Amino acid sequence: MATDDIYILGISMTKFGKHADKDIVDLGAEAAMAALRDGGVSMRDMGILAAGNLMGAGGYGQQLQKQIGQTGIPVYNVSNACATGATALRTAIMAVKSGEVRMGLAVGAEKLAGAGLLGGGGQGKKDSNKWEPKGRYGAVAPTDGRIGTDTMPGTFAQVGMEYGHKYGGVSFELFAKISEKNHAHSTLNPMAAYQKRFTLEEIMGDMMIAYPNTRPMCSANCDGAAAAVVTSGEVLKTLSADQRRRAIKVSASVLTTDPYQEACQILPDVNTLTRNAATIAYEQAGVSPTDLDLVELHDCFATAELVHYDNLMLCPEGGAVDFFMSGAPWRDGKTPVNVSGGLQSKGHPISATGIANIWEICHHLRGEAGDRQIKDAKVGLAHVIGLGSACGVHILERSAA
Amino acid sequence: MSTAQQIPLVSYLHLTPSPHLVANECTSCGARFFDRRNACAGCFQTEFRPVDIPTTGVLKAFTIVAFAAPGVPVPFVAGIVDCGGTSVRGNVINTDPTPEKVSLGMKLRLATYSLGTDDEGVEAIGFGFEPA
Ligand SMILES: [Zn+2]
Repeated sequence: MATDDIYILGISMTKFGKHADKDIVDLGAEAAMAALRDGGVSMRDMGILAAGNLMGAGGYGQQLQKQIGQTGIPVYNVSNACATGATALRTAIMAVKSGEVRMGLAVGAEKLAGAGLLGGGGQGKKDSNKWEPKGRYGAVAPTDGRIGTDTMPGTFAQVGMEYGHKYGGVSFELFAKISEKNHAHSTLNPMAAYQKRFTLEEIMGDMMIAYPNTRPMCSANCDGAAAAVVTSGEVLKTLSADQRRRAIKVSASVLTTDPYQEACQILPDVNTLTRNAATIAYEQAGVSPTDLDLVELHDCFATAELVHYDNLMLCPEGGAVDFFMSGAPWRDGKTPVNVSGGLQSKGHPISATGIANIWEICHHLRGEAGDRQIKDAKVGLAHVIGLGSACGVHILERSAA
Repeated sequence: MSTAQQIPLVSYLHLTPSPHLVANECTSCGARFFDRRNACAGCFQTEFRPVDIPTTGVLKAFTIVAFAAPGVPVPFVAGIVDCGGTSVRGNVINTDPTPEKVSLGMKLRLATYSLGTDDEGVEAIGFGFEPA
């Protein structure tokens, strides 16, 4: 191992789902302490804490320290939409990579069970008795629902449909089939919020949220946390044989935002920043998409999964529909995608998601994934995207040691 | 009806001489924006000129929103319309909000409607796109 390589030493996630008896600090503490235990280290070894939480009151990292260990290390509270967890991890990685600290802890936690529809300002407030232009668009009334939609299911529905307009081949049934795959995968994942297999008919016949996304085609709001301990190759060399064997190499760690493109301020462009992140990540890792044994990508909606096959270059440009129809992203296919069940069944506690998808990959690379183990997995990619936008891509490899 | 008693839903909707949308176009790189700008997101320059956007276009993405925030009437069709190379956000109106009536690539034209009149007798005018 090269001394300046980055390794995940310990990693964990809580079960995703409803945790009515736990608050976000309980969840984060559970994940953090389990990650430290998994790595065979303690808070005393940590040089930095990066903490992600979106829906809480702020200062989440310090709240967490007060429960798991106050050692005086710097805390970075990070917030980056659905990429918050990946951003926390990347923050810890940068601190280790810079040589300022020997080890870092990244945590993401969220309580979202029962949160309902996300996005959408609504017209709940009564229109005033006088039309007065307000804001950057000089709007005299709320525009959500009057000039398009601000809801997440509607926004990502349009993202998938735009791909269809550009390349053809999309249909309600195609998107429902993507969801069918992920729900089928979830039956093997005891950490998933939902482990129910749905037939295509059940998915298409369920409650419509934003055509073509029905309810099972939307990510599940739930509670959960995930945490990871990172260190350098130099430090890893000094640790035990077991720690070295289970350490997972972070071959690429990339965070991007959306560069200006025509229409990106009309409909968020989730494509360019993902493609940019993937391009940099493959180059950093010296890995090509065909080398990947598994991929966890950000299927916040079934319509989103399709475009990311293309953005992550798992298929030729414009070939996402053919890629899916070939069976490639099923767990027994050429490039298994979302064998965890994805956000549609595993759940999407926003700030935890970007670390939990890395936990899934590590679990397979360590050969510890039980019933859903992808046999002999050596290289995996984890992707998240938060609207606004931010994209995190990590490529992970089984340790050679 | 006198236009003095009408106000557009958003300032980029111009009601005269006939309803149309107006973008702020960057004089340096040609990027078009519909909001108040500090600088161009593409090239960082600060000069813009108003440009009229064609009132016809094709639907390049849509969703039929069945579940929205409280107070938003559903179902409705939200879409992105390619108006001669400029993408515009808007609802598809004056047609049934069903996959049978709305399709990718369909031709649309700008249409306006009343949002109601305030206490001072001013009528707010909204816009959408209807099948052409
Ligand atoms: Zn410009």
